[in-house]
Amino acid sequence: MAMATGALRGLRELRRDPGSWWRSSRGNIELWANLIVIGWAVTFMLWRGGGYAITVGSVFAIWAILAVSLNLVVGYTGLLSVGHIGFFGIGAYAMAVLTSGASYEQLRTEAIPTFGWPFFAALPVSVILAGLVALVVGVAFNRFRDDIYVLVSFGFAVIAYTTFLSWRSMTRGAFGIHEIARPAIGAWILEGELEFLALLLVFLALVALIAWFIVTSSFGRVLTAIREDEQAIEVFGYRATDYKLAIWVISAMMAGLAGALLASWSTFIDPNSFVLLESILLVSIVILGGLASIWGSLLGAMAFVMLEEGMRFIPFLPSEFIGQIRQVILGLLLVLLMLFRPQGLVGRFKL
Amino acid sequence: MSTQLDPRVYALQTRDISKHFGAVKAIDQLTMSILREWLTCIVGPNGSGKSTLINLLSGMLPLDGGLVIIDNVGLRVVKAHETPDHGITRTFQEVRLFDQISVLDNIMVVLTDRRLLPSLLERTKPRHKEEAQRILRSVGMWEKRDAMAQDLSYGQRKLLEIGRAMAMDVDIYLFDEPFAGLFPRMLEQVKTILKEMRDQKRSIVFVSHNMDIVRELADHLFVLDSGTLLAAGEVDEVLSRANVIDAYLGN
Repeated sequence: MAMATGALRGLRELRRDPGSWWRSSRGNIELWANLIVIGWAVTFMLWRGGGYAITVGSVFAIWAILAVSLNLVVGYTGLLSVGHIGFFGIGAYAMAVLTSGASYEQLRTEAIPTFGWPFFAALPVSVILAGLVALVVGVAFNRFRDDIYVLVSFGFAVIAYTTFLSWRSMTRGAFGIHEIARPAIGAWILEGELEFLALLLVFLALVALIAWFIVTSSFGRVLTAIREDEQAIEVFGYRATDYKLAIWVISAMMAGLAGALLASWSTFIDPNSFVLLESILLVSIVILGGLASIWGSLLGAMAFVMLEEGMRFIPFLPSEFIGQIRQVILGLLLVLLMLFRPQGLVGRFKL
Repeated sequence: MSTQLDPRVYALQTRDISKHFGAVKAIDQLTMSILREWLTCIVGPNGSGKSTLINLLSGMLPLDGGLVIIDNVGLRVVKAHETPDHGITRTFQEVRLFDQISVLDNIMVVLTDRRLLPSLLERTKPRHKEEAQRILRSVGMWEKRDAMAQDLSYGQRKLLEIGRAMAMDVDIYLFDEPFAGLFPRMLEQVKTILKEMRDQKRSIVFVSHNMDIVRELADHLFVLDSGTLLAAGEVDEVLSRANVIDAYLGN
């Protein structure tokens, strides 16, 4: 009843001043950002059909896991890391090496050790390996802050990429690794794209839930305080370095998970998926969506994927330029965003 | 006067502590004893080492030499994150709040569990929220609880910072210029808070340039000059000494 009278009053208001609804909701950029991005995605998927929606959905899920994980570090803790792609790559390569089939071995120009593990055995190992590397790297990184942090994380991304490219007895370098296992539950192998999408979405939900659990805990509040003033929070009895290291490792494990999923989803990986540029795109997604907002990271990943996909269908655009144009437009968007909405689409915080 | 007193009456003592920045001796072999449950004031000209002293006592700067004695334990190294265990907390000369989080969270964050794993499992507890509410009401900031700290006025920020220190519920409070830049109404508010804290048997050290407030509030006065102790003792007596007038008050 109350709702009905409210709606009635709203209608009367609208008849008296037709511009009022537009004005009041125009200010609500968050609402519009949500409507546009989700509306765009839904329209596109309906237009292009089921198979397309499944592929785009899978790409989205992997980017979204990455974005949520990086937001914990960048948005909540204020550590601007541009090296996150390194952990993504470690997860992917661990999955690739551990599950790649031995039968294919003889055909290869370069041999690497094969283990032929099943997906679900390799998955935790990939995640833990990313976490272990993050622990070592994190101990070294903990002494840095702000702009220096950007530089050292940049260094990490470069080292990781070079390792993937040059450690040929393990990664096959530029040849990449084929025949990465698809997940199997008993006799049921998730060969179908739809099943895999479902699996990806389950992991995305899990990661988002863990992230939500972290940021709404007392631990999460301390992270935001570290972001605001690391020295001050020490005086109140917190060892900021411990908190930074903990969230760094957790975040890297999530990125490792995303990498392992990517490897299994595409069944082939090479170092090109883990170049620095991808890392910068990832940071852009996090900032675009909104710092310190989990929903923002999901929205940012969706906006990014839709932007990328949408440009495929611009009729007068030659397909070989799509990759470059995508980056130009994303870069342009970021500049505009930083000028007019530095907190991102749905975020509340500024770097 | 203080040398004959039982050590248990000291909240905190320093023995020959030094802090040098290059050739500048910010604090030079400073020995002082801060009495328990008193309002102690530190005055001194700009650059005399007041803020450096507070930074040393709160572990934000490492000691170059000397000892800080708390509860009969001499410390050569004061670690910032251990100062609450020693019963010390502080405010900053230039207000340092957690700007982009809410006023309520600025208080909540100092109430919650300090240990890594328990804090991860800890959700907002009613007990902490009640405590935060009590603190915010006592500094008149409860209505502003959902605002971001950066959106507060200067005076409100100053008050919130004092509130955050109060939430620490420790024995020794180091207030670096709590009265600077406040309008009379808020000045009175901060004065009342400090007096109440003394009545609750807390030991308070504050830095101030306002001689009226020093005369009104302080039980004990230290005068610093160039990192050394120029004078110490009862307020009116110290302020009437010739060398203090020369060095600090001028004519």
